[in-house]
Amino acid sequence: MGNFFTDNDSLRFHLHNDLMKEIIRLKERDYADKDKYDFAPENYEDAIDSYERVLGIVGEITADVLAQNAEEVDKQGPSIVDNAIVYAEGTQKNHKALADAGLYGMSLPRQYGGLNFSYVPYVMAAEIVSRGDCGFANIWGLQDCAETIYEFASDEIKDEFLPRINKGATCSMDLTEPDAGSDLQAVRLKATFDEENNCWRLNGVKRFITNGDADIKLVLARSEEGTTDGRGLSYFVYDRKHKAVTVRRIENKLGIKGSPTAELVFNNAPAQLVGERKLGLIKYVMSLMNGARLGVGAQSVGLAEAAYREALKYAHEREQFGKPIANFPQVYEMLGNMRAKTDAIRTILYETARCVDMYKSLDAISRERKLEAEERTTLKTYSRLADALTPMLKLFASEYANQIAYDCIQIHGGSGFMKDYACERFYRDARILTIYEGTSQLQVVAAIRGVISGAYASRIKEYEAVEVKDELKELRNKLISLRERYEKSFEKVKEWGTSSEAFDFNSRRLVEMAGYLVMANLLVNDANKEEAFTKSARIMTAMAECEIEKAACYIDNFKPEMIEDFKL
Amino acid sequence: MSLKIVVLAKQVPDTRNVGKDAMTEEGTVNRAALPAIFNPEDLNALEMALRIKDTVGDAEICVLTMGPSRAAEIIRDSLYRGADCGYVISDRKVAGSDTLATSYTISQGVKKLGKVDLVLAGRQAIDGDTAQVGPQVAEKLNIPQITYAEEVLSVDKDKICIKRRLERGVEVVESKYPCLVTVHGSAAECRFPIAKRVMKYKNALSEAEAAEAGKDCAKVWAERPYLKIGQWSAADINAEDSRLGLSGSPTKVKKIENVVLAAKESVNVENTDEGLDALVKELISSHIIG
Repeated sequence: MGNFFTDNDSLRFHLHNDLMKEIIRLKERDYADKDKYDFAPENYEDAIDSYERVLGIVGEITADVLAQNAEEVDKQGPSIVDNAIVYAEGTQKNHKALADAGLYGMSLPRQYGGLNFSYVPYVMAAEIVSRGDCGFANIWGLQDCAETIYEFASDEIKDEFLPRINKGATCSMDLTEPDAGSDLQAVRLKATFDEENNCWRLNGVKRFITNGDADIKLVLARSEEGTTDGRGLSYFVYDRKHKAVTVRRIENKLGIKGSPTAELVFNNAPAQLVGERKLGLIKYVMSLMNGARLGVGAQSVGLAEAAYREALKYAHEREQFGKPIANFPQVYEMLGNMRAKTDAIRTILYETARCVDMYKSLDAISRERKLEAEERTTLKTYSRLADALTPMLKLFASEYANQIAYDCIQIHGGSGFMKDYACERFYRDARILTIYEGTSQLQVVAAIRGVISGAYASRIKEYEAVEVKDELKELRNKLISLRERYEKSFEKVKEWGTSSEAFDFNSRRLVEMAGYLVMANLLVNDANKEEAFTKSARIMTAMAECEIEKAACYIDNFKPEMIEDFKL
Repeated sequence: MSLKIVVLAKQVPDTRNVGKDAMTEEGTVNRAALPAIFNPEDLNALEMALRIKDTVGDAEICVLTMGPSRAAEIIRDSLYRGADCGYVISDRKVAGSDTLATSYTISQGVKKLGKVDLVLAGRQAIDGDTAQVGPQVAEKLNIPQITYAEEVLSVDKDKICIKRRLERGVEVVESKYPCLVTVHGSAAECRFPIAKRVMKYKNALSEAEAAEAGKDCAKVWAERPYLKIGQWSAADINAEDSRLGLSGSPTKVKKIENVVLAAKESVNVENTDEGLDALVKELISSHIIG
């Protein structure tokens, strides 16, 4: 009887951001569908109203079905029957409830059966689903693959596959192999063209494939014989109906146990080329990966919300020494920090989603007509911003989700270590978040570009330019001086050269400094609009100060020869 | 095979989550303090109708309710979940109806819909708990009734086979069309609202709702007729005034008592016939049961 959308005012706050008017206008092409589809919005108010109502359904299903099934799904997990993966019963029910309610293909255009939602509400739905069941969020979230097909595949492929998404066809993206994990350039699965049947044939092994037995699979494979790097890879779509893939095993994982992770053998599997040859990794997977990282951001925020709420509830119920443990400073400090971190990663999540919305819509429009000069500038600005913010979001959201899940167990004390409480599942589920779709270390590699280019510093200055209420001015001024401290540290590290080992060694410190500034500034600006965020803005600013000073102090004292001590 | 299905539904105060102010000082239900919801077993009935439609393909589901103008909310909710149309019987004259007057009004509404194959209703509503309206409607329409239905086992072109949930087991029965079925809470839960349908029907209004909101819907209804929720008066359903509302209701409430549970300590009852007999007598004399 709960609702994970309506019980969380923060979601409504982010859904009503000022930029949404422009985001929806672009996504809806000035509301061109209004007379063509009986469910298309007529104007901004109508669209936002529909977003809220549909998110309300997501919230209801998540609270009443997904969250209720989560414990059993975690216990039962998927199994292999006759070379097919069978989901746990609860997973099947979750999938059916969301598919029957028409909640797959949320961002796909209406002509393909989608709801044509912009990214912000789609990402919000992902957050809500993750709060109910972090593992199931993968199965639901892989509808992202439809986005890649829509963006890059031919019309024939689009017509064949996309209308199936809204009806509940499941997807997977088959990238990694035994010897190609973080380094996807090493992919070996072979694609050869079958002249006789006019299709491609896939042969080889894929490993650690989430939702491995999905109906529609996007497969990265080596189409150019004799090549060894990323330029020899192309992207293919495979239909499960061909029954040419063997499920060799399902991995036994620490967490997200309801989400099947499989090892697959492709046996001369017929497939169609997506887009152009040789662009598989360098263009399409990179695009898909950014979407997936945004998805893990949403997953992390959803899990953080679940863990924070569980801890808060327990801390108020559990009494020791004659009072609820929430009344003890060491406990309430943890709770306040959990709340501030959750608010911080949520605000960067929707900031990133808005940037993705802006550039993706303009990019889609550019395929329909020539963009005006001003539109091209806007596209470029938001595209760069999305590229800079996405790895920062993935880094912080996944790390914080782990810290919050850790503290959730800590607040539960001995009980939290027992299997009786949901917090141990949150803790196990959270662990993968800093690993898949690029480890935290790889997010730093991507994010450091935003440090070097000055993209973060200039965005932070834009946040600083927002006029705030008097009571927030102290926080703002503090953050301005911290930004100067960050820039000084960057200048110091830069002296060793941006391609030096010394620079690499300090890159996480620099990315994190920028991250604290982005999140704290966003929270101050949120608090300026909505008082409820004031506490989190203050906590986050204080935390930013300590963390930035710590990193700056390390950099101040840093000498390149210190690196040698770490090489063991 | 084409089936016409009518689902009888009622908007009720949510008596499942009652707070301190659920009753007025006079001992009547404080409707203002309780949210108005779709009667739970009527949702089971709607789901049964939707499943029949899923099975046979060609079926029309029409939801019929009676109540004030806000009762149109449950028609909208039904449209979100897959119903094809809905009507609200709304008239001052039907206010204060007991089960006899209600079943008369509803049966007139069903007649107004023309040839109907199946009438599905929840077993009972959570505000009155009478379980009488469904069976009485069947009697007034002079059609067979299957009560306590839990599951439809098969739907053929001339008959339906249903499993009934009874106190000590189950019973499987068949009936020709038309017939009336009351659905038990153990039947499948109703599906969730469907995203595209919610967006399509969210602005559906009855005439009374449009008037209350001061909206002129003539143009919208002309362009999109599905956005008009049907509304019938007593005259529309050819009802005799004397059989409606208070004047058509022989049931008179004599007295309402508030049961206040004041005892703080527990009582041990001997596990003997005498002990249980004494307990039951005490419960009856203190009006807790009876």
